[in-house]
Amino acid sequence: MSNLINVHSGNNMRIVVVGNGMVGHHFVDQLIQENIADTNTQLDIVVLSAEPRLAYDRVHLSEYFSGKTADELALTTPEYYHEHNVKFALNAKVVNIDKLAKSVTTEAGEVFAYDKLVLSTGSFPFVPPIPGNDQPHCLVYRTIEDLENISASSAVSKVGVVVGGGLLGLEAANALKEAGLQTHVVEFAPQLMAVQVDNGGGRVLRSKIESLGVQVHTQKATQSIEAGETCRYKMCFADGEVLETDMILFSAGIRPQDALAREFDIAIGERGGIVVNDQCLTSEPDIYAIGECALWNNFIFGLVAPGYTMARAAASHIIGGDVAFQGADMSTKLKLMGVEVGSIGDAHARTDGALCYTYENQPLEVYKKIVVDSQQKKLLGAVLIGDTSDYDTLLQYALNDIELPEHPESLILPAGEGAAPGLGADALPDTATICSCHNVSKGDIIQAFDTGSCNLADIKACTKASSGCGGCTALLKTVVDSELTKRGVEVKKDICEHFAYSRQEMFHLVKVGGIKTFDELLEKHGKGLGCEICKPVSASILASVWNDFILKPDHVSLQDTNDTYLGNMQKDGTYSVIPRIAGGEITPEKLIVLGQVAKDYKLYTKITGGQRIDLFGARVEQLPAIWQTLIEAGFETGHAYAKALRTVKSCVGSTWCRYGVQDSVGQAIDLENRYKGLRAPHKIKFAVSGCTRECAEAQSKDIGVIATENGWNLYVCGNGGMKPRHGDLFATDLDTETLVKYIDRVLMFYVRTGDRLQRTSVWMENLEGGLAYLQQVVIEDSLGLGEELEAQMQNVVDTYQCEWKTAIESEQSRKRFRQFVNSDKSDLNIVFVEEREQIRPATESEKQQFSQAQVSEEKDTELATELV
Amino acid sequence: MSTQDKWITVCSDTDLVTNSGVCALLNEQQIALFKIKSANSEQVFAVSNWDPIGKANVLYRGLLGSVEKVNVIISPLYKQRYCLVSGLCLDDEAIKLVVYPVRIEQNQVQLQLVD
Repeated sequence: MSNLINVHSGNNMRIVVVGNGMVGHHFVDQLIQENIADTNTQLDIVVLSAEPRLAYDRVHLSEYFSGKTADELALTTPEYYHEHNVKFALNAKVVNIDKLAKSVTTEAGEVFAYDKLVLSTGSFPFVPPIPGNDQPHCLVYRTIEDLENISASSAVSKVGVVVGGGLLGLEAANALKEAGLQTHVVEFAPQLMAVQVDNGGGRVLRSKIESLGVQVHTQKATQSIEAGETCRYKMCFADGEVLETDMILFSAGIRPQDALAREFDIAIGERGGIVVNDQCLTSEPDIYAIGECALWNNFIFGLVAPGYTMARAAASHIIGGDVAFQGADMSTKLKLMGVEVGSIGDAHARTDGALCYTYENQPLEVYKKIVVDSQQKKLLGAVLIGDTSDYDTLLQYALNDIELPEHPESLILPAGEGAAPGLGADALPDTATICSCHNVSKGDIIQAFDTGSCNLADIKACTKASSGCGGCTALLKTVVDSELTKRGVEVKKDICEHFAYSRQEMFHLVKVGGIKTFDELLEKHGKGLGCEICKPVSASILASVWNDFILKPDHVSLQDTNDTYLGNMQKDGTYSVIPRIAGGEITPEKLIVLGQVAKDYKLYTKITGGQRIDLFGARVEQLPAIWQTLIEAGFETGHAYAKALRTVKSCVGSTWCRYGVQDSVGQAIDLENRYKGLRAPHKIKFAVSGCTRECAEAQSKDIGVIATENGWNLYVCGNGGMKPRHGDLFATDLDTETLVKYIDRVLMFYVRTGDRLQRTSVWMENLEGGLAYLQQVVIEDSLGLGEELEAQMQNVVDTYQCEWKTAIESEQSRKRFRQFVNSDKSDLNIVFVEEREQIRPATESEKQQFSQAQVSEEKDTELATELV
Repeated sequence: MSTQDKWITVCSDTDLVTNSGVCALLNEQQIALFKIKSANSEQVFAVSNWDPIGKANVLYRGLLGSVEKVNVIISPLYKQRYCLVSGLCLDDEAIKLVVYPVRIEQNQVQLQLVD
């Protein structure tokens, strides 16, 4: 059943990739980039994956238990592969390699020819050969399917044991603990994480993990798994002890998935692994191996960063480049069950003549050790438990052979006790790797500056630095800031020529100085008349701080036309009218009013994305009468014209829906009514979903709320639009009071510190420390601002007024809504034609036809201009 | 018909909005009127209301501002800036608004039409 996919198209090189894990996908991505960069020679890419889905993030697999879905873990999509002409087959295990004919065959019998074959088959979990290890609740931890099995088993278990106290084992233990099981870790070695951590560190790590309620058993060799008495199973150890458990999770290391290579005579290492050289070529020409299945220099690299480097080396060799794989640094920094763990280089001080410095703080359960050479000039390794804040600095010392300071111990001593300052970015050589996930060096960052990037966000977008595991965020910022300073770039935040201040600074000037008008602000802190930038910014800040009526004479000249006329100006100078429909809930009576208004004024109607109804084509002089009708019917302004809260979208929730777990509509209405009228640096959108199915698309909003059995999960800083971004999970299972408190604080902090026209997503990405920092400020109140932010929000809530109601009540405001100061005529240039039974603005040519027809008839009356 | 030198009253001083605009209709021409008031001066400007780039009669609804020393009106549609004295578009040299002589006499706003 070999098919079309097998036919060579032209002279394109055909590359078949076996396996679509993280590394396999990274390799494919390299080739896609190459195809984009060089459109002359195209590579035909075929991916064969034995798994039922495309590549996903195995590093963050445990987040599946804290609510991440398979889709969210995905690293790519079928659409992405289609778009870039990558052919792929899932559930397509390769069973045969024909090296002579240069083709592979899948289990289903499909044959795929190749010019280059890349084996990226990964590894499989090692299950120790213990009698009884094949029972139903004996599981492993590697794929999403494994996690589904663990989930199912957890649901019918009370006690869980993880066999293996390494890095993955502890991750797995965390997953079991999160699932509510009484959790044990059984380790054969005398300590946890024996590969990365020394004895002392292991001891502190154990104590910290036990204090979290996970029982640790070391030096235990399991001899059999038998039927239990109080639980499902009983594990019998060599020392005669037993442990009862309902499920067992094996995480005792990985083994390279080299069966295919083995069967077809590709060289294999003594203890497994496909032997590769610096180009990741196997013993066969045209066959490569990358990632955890590959054995380089007799070493298997079980981390993703070296795998990515291998992928780049193989891709480079195929397209004639010269990137080589030359081993990788296996240093790691991670958080296991909230415990910070860092390991660098020679953690065990095995180098000849190595010397150690150790710092231990038992009350705080912090352990730090550095390993230096016999001359005490170079850092060879380090172990950090409980506090990894020195990790970045130490890693740079180790990777770049930077000479140690006179007293190396100062690098790990707590501040205030003679600690050395962190290693400045200037001390790093250009070759220093800043982001190991995407292999970005300091030199790459400098080059990005040279080619036009000018801030942290640009650098992230351009180099991808800090977009992998995120561990280098702080270091990246230091390098970027240092580079900016070096270039003499005083990072100019002036919003325009009239004010030499950032929006945040202007906010403080207004608030601290008690400034109530733009004139006062300009006189005290600015120059000139202002412009289209500083005037609306000032209006927004004045509204955020004092919440005056925006059409008060002092403010009226500041607003963009949309704010001045309380509507959205369309291309022909007419306005759209959008009343608030909180939560998208509307009565039939109100629907009829909207329809009647649209009919009376001949307006075009359309449903908006925010569950409201938009009426288009209102002339400026019609606006007050339209709104008068709407307000009498109980509507109020929707602020669609403002940089303010727009809508709170909702699904129907538990009231009607079979799946809903909370009243999402009620919550949406309450939230919308609380925050309506809040002026901000940019528009703000909310959504509330009544269950995890997320029908309201809350994760694409600035503030997203998703109901859980126990309350509400809060997501922040997402948006749709030009550059969509999923919101970040900010806090879980909140009661309504806490939810509102957090939203108050997040939004007011944004209003106070955001830049002009900066959406919450960009704002948060530019906050030093990002999400974690925002959580500290809001949840832990690290700045002591919490109550002040809430009080400020409460003031905005308490002083809310419907701007349209205020506007039509005032003769002076109403006067603004007329086309001519000296005539009641309408603007003749506004012309509509009919399309799909509604009006639309006439095109220029349609207008010309129209006016030719009219001129002859109406010339006489038009000339009689009315004067005052 | 030449209308040079003839001042025509279009509205009262109180119809103007300080530091913002209104529009007057005079012989089929739509004319945007602006009053700029600072600490020690008050000036009135009149330019055509037609936005030649946005192709709509909207300039009176724009924002007033300054670019260095030049007073400008900023189109509410696409934000081009026009000098209130010369009518020149600062963002596109080829484009120019019609500028009308304007004055305030005895609390009346008076204009001269241009050909």
